[in-house]
Amino acid sequence: MRDFHGVRLASPLMLGTAQYPSPAVMEEAFRASGASVATVSLRREGGQGQAFWDIIRGLGLHVLPNTAGCHSAREAITTAQMARELFGTNWIKLEVIGDADTLQPDPFGLLEATEALAADGFEVFPFTTEDQVLAKRLLEAGAQVLMPWGAPIGSGLGLNNRYGLRTLRAAFPDVPMVIDAGLGLPSHAADALEMGFDAVLLNTAVAQAGDPVAMARAFALAVEAGALARQADPMAPRDMAQPSTPVIGKAWL
Amino acid sequence: MADVTIIGAGVAGLCAAHAVLGAGLTPRLIDRHGAPGPHGCSWWAGGMLAPFCEGAVSEPAIVAHGQRAAAFWAGVTPVAQRGSLVVALQRDRAELDRFARRTSGHRAIDDLCALEPDLGTPQPALFLEQEAHLDPRAALADLVTALAARGVQIERAEATPQDISGPVIDARGMAADLPGLRGVRGEMVVLRAPEIRLSRPVRLLHPRHPIYIVPRAGGVFMLGATQLESSDRRGVSARAVLELLSAAYALDPRFAEAELLETGADLRPAYPDNVPRVTIRGRVLHLNGLFRHGYLMAPALAEQATAYLTKGIKGDLLHED
Repeated sequence: MRDFHGVRLASPLMLGTAQYPSPAVMEEAFRASGASVATVSLRREGGQGQAFWDIIRGLGLHVLPNTAGCHSAREAITTAQMARELFGTNWIKLEVIGDADTLQPDPFGLLEATEALAADGFEVFPFTTEDQVLAKRLLEAGAQVLMPWGAPIGSGLGLNNRYGLRTLRAAFPDVPMVIDAGLGLPSHAADALEMGFDAVLLNTAVAQAGDPVAMARAFALAVEAGALARQADPMAPRDMAQPSTPVIGKAWL
Repeated sequence: MADVTIIGAGVAGLCAAHAVLGAGLTPRLIDRHGAPGPHGCSWWAGGMLAPFCEGAVSEPAIVAHGQRAAAFWAGVTPVAQRGSLVVALQRDRAELDRFARRTSGHRAIDDLCALEPDLGTPQPALFLEQEAHLDPRAALADLVTALAARGVQIERAEATPQDISGPVIDARGMAADLPGLRGVRGEMVVLRAPEIRLSRPVRLLHPRHPIYIVPRAGGVFMLGATQLESSDRRGVSARAVLELLSAAYALDPRFAEAELLETGADLRPAYPDNVPRVTIRGRVLHLNGLFRHGYLMAPALAEQATAYLTKGIKGDLLHED
């Protein structure tokens, strides 16, 4: 796994803190997941979520605040500044939404906010599409990490554009990348790590599962499997069958 | 001379006074605002007695204790025992199946209109026959009246457990400021739509804006409620009103013509597991953390507090501090 702004994470799993049945279930799910990063949204809580944020700090993990629900660069920048004060971290998962229905990132607002926040000393994790040109621009604007989506937020569809994601991964081999959003199953997370992504970020798949704690554990196993498989240098797919037992020398009856 | 002093005359304190009386003891009831009103979060409740629905996102204790709430309230105030309905919009049908898998006490019906003929278009629903609803403000008033008839008046005074000698039941909600207790903001809207007839609560499952609509007398409907991890006590946000009204409109477009009577926002006191507790601290019992289960859980919580006071029985909702 590549470092994130100089930080080596103990686990490639980043987990969101929204939508759990209760904070107690959330804490237990985090423990079961072995996640190294907890993401937290600020905007909807209007800056008054102190009690809940204390619970999140109590998890003892890296906190990655996000700008979820922001629809313009300006809104996202303000939220990021608030997050830095509240959590004492320069990390910010930058989300600038361009479409209310698909929650697709707005590439232009994202680029604008990335540039402004990077210049202001933030360590930006931009939530982006798999678009390679946008990725290049974001890196030029000061981002050192990319967070391409797997599929729309909360959709659980998995890796929607495998070709695009593979191309993106190959185009920037040195950039740490997190597949963020759209993962519904542990197999999606394993898939992302097998493809060479450094980490995955998810929330709904765990929080809204019938048993969030069990699902958290399932994701922990999946990311471990995916990372290990990647390290083990997987075989390349082939069109032609290759018998694992040679035909020559077989007893001829 | 009172045997027990209860501080806080919201749904928890009133139920506690009722239970204490039922055990043959004399309660004294104190609230800094006097009778129940907009100052307390009980005022803003939906009044659904829906233990099975709550099971989708709540601990089993809520489902188990909540099933006895309707019987308690029926002895105090009018309770509509007509069940409740759960529906989902066309594109979220999968949500209905998921909800069904995670709850009990329901049966699937093909057409909502069979039960609520006035509601727009035919659509599948879950019917939870054993659920009920009440008007929370009427329930508070009726409980106050029932207590007064037995000689218990609400004294309007500032008090903390330290000010009082003898056994105390602290039912002050957020004002109690207990460790682990947090506020979860909720926002609601009250509408009048006399042309819409609905005889039971309808819960609309929606991935972004789940809401419920509870019918009240006189063509009035309560739409609730948002749930934010925030202790912000300001008035309802425009976003919340938009979400609640849009969801109601999606259920029946006639809600667009409704008269907007009232909006409300307050904090639900909650513990980390969102399950109400009686916390024992010497002579003081703290009844708190009723979260979104005030009317559903206050009777059980009051009963367990009283059983501990009178017989030393420690029920599952009791916690040693």
